[in-house]
Amino acid sequence: MSVSQANETNPVRQVPDRLRSPLQRLLASWEILLLGVAVAVFVLNSFASPYFLDPWNLSDATFNFTEKALIAFAMALLIVSGEIDLSVASIIALASTAMGFAVQLGAETPTLVLVGLGVGLLCGAFNGALVTGLGLPSIVVTIGTMSLFRGISYIVLGDKAYTGYPADFAFFGQGYVWWVISFEFVLFAFMAVLFAVLLHKTNFGRAVYVIGNNPVGALFSGIRVPRVKFALFLLTGVMSGVAAICLTSRLGATRPSIAFGWELEVVTMVVLGGVNILGGSGTIPGVVIAAFVMGMVTFGFGLLNVPGIVMSIFIGLLLIGVIALPRIARRMLAARRG
Amino acid sequence: MLANTQGIGNVHPSVTNDQKPVLSLKGISKSFPGVKALSEVSLDLYPGQVTALVGENGAGKSTIVKVLTGIYQPDEGEISISGSSVSFPTAQDAGKAGVTAIHQETVLFDDLSVAENIFIGHAPKSRFGLIDKTAMVRQAKELLARIGARIDPSVLLKELGIANKHLVAIARALSIDASIVIMDEPTASLSHKEIEETYELVERLKAEGKAILFISHKFDEIFRIADRYTVFRDGQMVGAGKIAEVSEPDLVRLMVGRSVDQVFPKRTPELGPEVLRVVGYSHPTEFEDIGFTLRRGEILGFYGLVGAGRSEFMQALFGITRPSKGAIRIDDTVAVIRTPNEAISHGIVYVPEDRGKQGAIKGLPIFQNVSLPSLKSTSRNGFLRLAEEFKLTRDYTRRLDLRAAALDQDIGELSGGNQQKVIIAKWLATQPRVIILDEPTKGIDIGSKAAVHEFMAELAAQGLAVIMVSSEIPEILGMSDRVIVMREGRIAAEFEGDELTPERLVRAAAGLAEAAT
Repeated sequence: MSVSQANETNPVRQVPDRLRSPLQRLLASWEILLLGVAVAVFVLNSFASPYFLDPWNLSDATFNFTEKALIAFAMALLIVSGEIDLSVASIIALASTAMGFAVQLGAETPTLVLVGLGVGLLCGAFNGALVTGLGLPSIVVTIGTMSLFRGISYIVLGDKAYTGYPADFAFFGQGYVWWVISFEFVLFAFMAVLFAVLLHKTNFGRAVYVIGNNPVGALFSGIRVPRVKFALFLLTGVMSGVAAICLTSRLGATRPSIAFGWELEVVTMVVLGGVNILGGSGTIPGVVIAAFVMGMVTFGFGLLNVPGIVMSIFIGLLLIGVIALPRIARRMLAARRG
Repeated sequence: MLANTQGIGNVHPSVTNDQKPVLSLKGISKSFPGVKALSEVSLDLYPGQVTALVGENGAGKSTIVKVLTGIYQPDEGEISISGSSVSFPTAQDAGKAGVTAIHQETVLFDDLSVAENIFIGHAPKSRFGLIDKTAMVRQAKELLARIGARIDPSVLLKELGIANKHLVAIARALSIDASIVIMDEPTASLSHKEIEETYELVERLKAEGKAILFISHKFDEIFRIADRYTVFRDGQMVGAGKIAEVSEPDLVRLMVGRSVDQVFPKRTPELGPEVLRVVGYSHPTEFEDIGFTLRRGEILGFYGLVGAGRSEFMQALFGITRPSKGAIRIDDTVAVIRTPNEAISHGIVYVPEDRGKQGAIKGLPIFQNVSLPSLKSTSRNGFLRLAEEFKLTRDYTRRLDLRAAALDQDIGELSGGNQQKVIIAKWLATQPRVIILDEPTKGIDIGSKAAVHEFMAELAAQGLAVIMVSSEIPEILGMSDRVIVMREGRIAAEFEGDELTPERLVRAAAGLAEAAT
């Protein structure tokens, strides 16, 4: 009785839907900060080198990130869900080797594409089965398959290389759709939209966030956690296969050392894009901007004849700086308040 | 050694009346946000005597243990040892003052040896400041011999069975030269034989002159080994004295209290047709042969001690774990539930006890928490429709009087009571037929508690079948139409109407025979 009276004197409060409008949220977001960095890098580059603003040079610059970004989109989903795949570069090596092998058997371009995608899918399924079926930690599983997949390439190829890809196969890595717009760049843009929609606009994407924030709670809410995670490993494998097709087409040859060390560059791109390495948060637009930043830094330094090692030092510092900045800012705010 | 020096003075410790307590707590209070866990409680422990601390779950027993072991600092009050006032800013200070605790789940390390486990943190050191392994093994051997355990101190802990691990935990507690030993439900997960061995150990410690605080829900063992008792209820000390001067019914009455000072909504249940029938549900280790029926509009309470298997059974019913045997019928058709998804589609939903881990998806906003199991209906062709999600959230949280800044606020920022409202809203939005609430008001403030209770009554009145697991007697009595008591994984009793008394529930849960009144 007393309780219901309390309710009558206290009319039910209306809780508003949103505290801040989506626009306010956007303005305070990581992506905006990153976009600022991207613009700064762009402006610096255009002052540093007269060749930077040339359309064909800019178009060439995109090849520095498009293939890695294709994998980074899928990797972003995987990391948001709390898992990781460090075998992606080795999947490229294995898929490329398989395609090269198929060429020796006289395969045409459509078959090669299927082989590339199929090997990626199988590798992803292998990773996914080990992680979700046996409950093994993905970081350990994929460090293992990283050696395994590339190891197979080395056994097959040794110090040789596969060449002799069909002429029309070159389109994926060297073709242009219109003027300076390459096929790879169009694919990159298309996949960016596709993955953004998948992560941000679908039930599947929501499940990815839920699992990343609380896998036990996800299970207790009726989400089929293993199934979602398996799908993410498949997706990452397939996207590695797509990247393998583009890269092999661009290089026109397969060596077992192809895409060596890319896994860390892909993870760097994802983390720079604002995805929490521990899972639970991050966006595809962030990864897209991070891809541009990394690509332009690499390209700009290349124009200035900066050695590769300095470039990787810079990328490393950029990563740590961008990650540490918000945390330092928060501490300073807290200290002022306290 | 110890036994001789301290034992001489009190040849018959339980007979001497004018003994001074070795440890004395006076006027101890401790509050947490929204809850007063302890309110001016007193507690005295005497050397060579066992003091039993009894009380319901949530009465403040574990809080006082944490105050005594330096984990919590009391807001008010005084702790004195042998007459001089002390304070325990850290757990180490409590250890130095001679207080040690044997917890139900002492943290031990599987990959360390028994001796290392016993002396972790205070291992004997050699001249160079390194761990003196020989001395450690020797001292471990002595300690284990003292408690009558035949365990080789150099084997790895993981090679021991659960009972022997327990003995290691006890040896670890005694490795600090303690005069005050706290035993928190030491027999809760032990077999009959192991329990007897624990009693012998308690006798040994008594003979050594240690003051023992013995926390237990089992009345038979309290009357068997305790010399004194102290009863807590709702954070207050409501009685203390000598075991010889109190009867079992008196103790139960003290523990439960006569007045139920919470207001529960008045209801006149209108029971509809049977909605759920469970037959012979069993699990290899957690529960066995659980069977009952549930009707629309009914609130069925599940009472029992912690570890009676209630949550485990409910989680099997919800498809988290699979039963080894048993069947269920929903609306008179056989249903098989192997996953939470299947449970949800059959209209059975579960509000878990562990809100932080199993209930709330912290890091995500309120509306995404609410819509989570209903995404199929709020989305179109797998694409999210945020407007629908907000609408659903508004509809269901308003009925529960949710207090939040906005519906896109992170659920982790809400108080426990409001988090619980969001989780209840989330399950109601799936329009279930059976809702299982596991300790629905555990750790939430009085105001939210009342809101949850009132809402529960409202749901039942609308024809929902409610299963409520609770360890709080007032809540069980205030809300349930019918109560099933579980003990050690089995149904111990079922009460209805006038049979529902606190004494009966406590007795059935503790495995005591009906009082012959």
